[in-house]
Amino acid sequence: MPHNTVAVVGAAETTKLGVITDLSQLGLHADAALNAMADCGLKPSDIDGIACAAQETPVQLAHYLGITPTWIDGTAVGGCSFMIHVRHAAAAIEAGLAKTILITHGESGKSRIGAPPRPVHPQSLNGQFEQPFGPMGPPSMFTIPVLRYMKTYGVTEEQIAQVAVVQREWASKNPRATFRNLITTDDVLNSRMIAWPFRLLMCCLVTDGGGALILTSAERAKDFPTKPVYILGTGESAETPMISQMEDFTSSRAFRVAGPTAFREAGIVHKDVDHLMIYDAFAHLPLYGLEDLGFLPKGEAAGFIAGRNTAPGGSLPLNTNGGGLSYMHSGMYGMYALQESVRQMRGTAAAQIPGAKISVCHGVGGMFAASGTVIFSNQAP
Amino acid sequence: MATPGRALPQPTPETQHFWDGTKANELLLQRCDECSKVYFPPRPFCPACASRKVSVTKASGKATLYSYIIHHRPVPGFTPPYAIAVVELDEGPRMMTNIVDCEQTPEALVLDMPMEVVFEPQTDTITLPLFRPALTSSAKG
Repeated sequence: MPHNTVAVVGAAETTKLGVITDLSQLGLHADAALNAMADCGLKPSDIDGIACAAQETPVQLAHYLGITPTWIDGTAVGGCSFMIHVRHAAAAIEAGLAKTILITHGESGKSRIGAPPRPVHPQSLNGQFEQPFGPMGPPSMFTIPVLRYMKTYGVTEEQIAQVAVVQREWASKNPRATFRNLITTDDVLNSRMIAWPFRLLMCCLVTDGGGALILTSAERAKDFPTKPVYILGTGESAETPMISQMEDFTSSRAFRVAGPTAFREAGIVHKDVDHLMIYDAFAHLPLYGLEDLGFLPKGEAAGFIAGRNTAPGGSLPLNTNGGGLSYMHSGMYGMYALQESVRQMRGTAAAQIPGAKISVCHGVGGMFAASGTVIFSNQAP
Repeated sequence: MATPGRALPQPTPETQHFWDGTKANELLLQRCDECSKVYFPPRPFCPACASRKVSVTKASGKATLYSYIIHHRPVPGFTPPYAIAVVELDEGPRMMTNIVDCEQTPEALVLDMPMEVVFEPQTDTITLPLFRPALTSSAKG
């Protein structure tokens, strides 16, 4: 797998984020894809590979956008699918299967236009052994392991609330963030109870939007108008579709495989990392991510965040767009985390980290079901 | 909590024995005849060693409370707030369930408390395994 041999040359989100009532889910894909092509001066006829994760398959997107692909990838394992698309695309470019690959995401998560529901089938494992006990989507399932984590490491509800408080500080610097008003720990703890111990402000937003990336070889990247963002390393893994069957409720096996794989491939160590994105559908995910990726020993992430180490001015800037908790979250958030990593490496982020050279972007799919990690750099090979 | 409207399982050939078991007030797990792994959810081979030589084994029904949330949003068949819990069976495997005969509060639901299975019929064919605080002491608890 490549070190610096593949680069992101085009990157863009949908023109609008938030509540978008004039585009369907398919239209959001296209809006993001057209913006990414415009970003790097390409036309659909220049694209020969396409990946997406949604009900809108790569076949639909190729047809809709007018692309004739020699490589397609429909990996759909939830919100980290896009990290995994980047990994697969980098390998495909390296292997010569395609030269210029478009990864798209569009999701009408709030307005639900052209976004059919996906009910849990009663014959599936989840349908037989979890759904009968009354969960309703991620807020009542993704959250189940956290009490075991809290008891094991003595983490408090106040500390988990701090994750949301700090991320709002980042969001306050970002004009495109959905929520920008600063909040306190009390604001979080006093917000509406969703699934104790989780309050509303510990849960992600529900919005509409999309994003797209265009990758090509590092060699060709030099000819593009945008600053190339090189892919240093990637990782992927999966554990279980059932939250109740995680091996360890204090740690994600998929994180522990995907993250270190990406670090090994990149040939970097943790102190090399200038900027970090950890998919935050809920406030406990950055805790699991920081520990499972090896940034901190087990049980120390909550104190690290409460100690402002990931806040503006801290040593490890984390979720600098405001994250899924405050920036946007259409359901599968990984694409937006990748976009922020690319902006940070290009030097164009709203809350830019001065001099940042290496960004780690870590995603989760389903509810600790899958994981993907991408490590970027703006340093030429 | 056995009000109508709760999502119900539809057994498959690989899981029918489990649901036949709950209907007969038995919690059935599977054990590998080769490596002795006891596992759940049901499948006709061992997830540890891939052996197809596996046997159905009756669980004690004893467990401890491993983790949970208390759901505050409305779901068909449930009256919030209600706990969605994962229990760890004395035999090792964990399973999702609901807690009955207990207040649905953080104070009443203490991690690692001993639990025991109760069987709650939903229809003529489906009985769900739910758990309550143990009346008799668990081997582990």
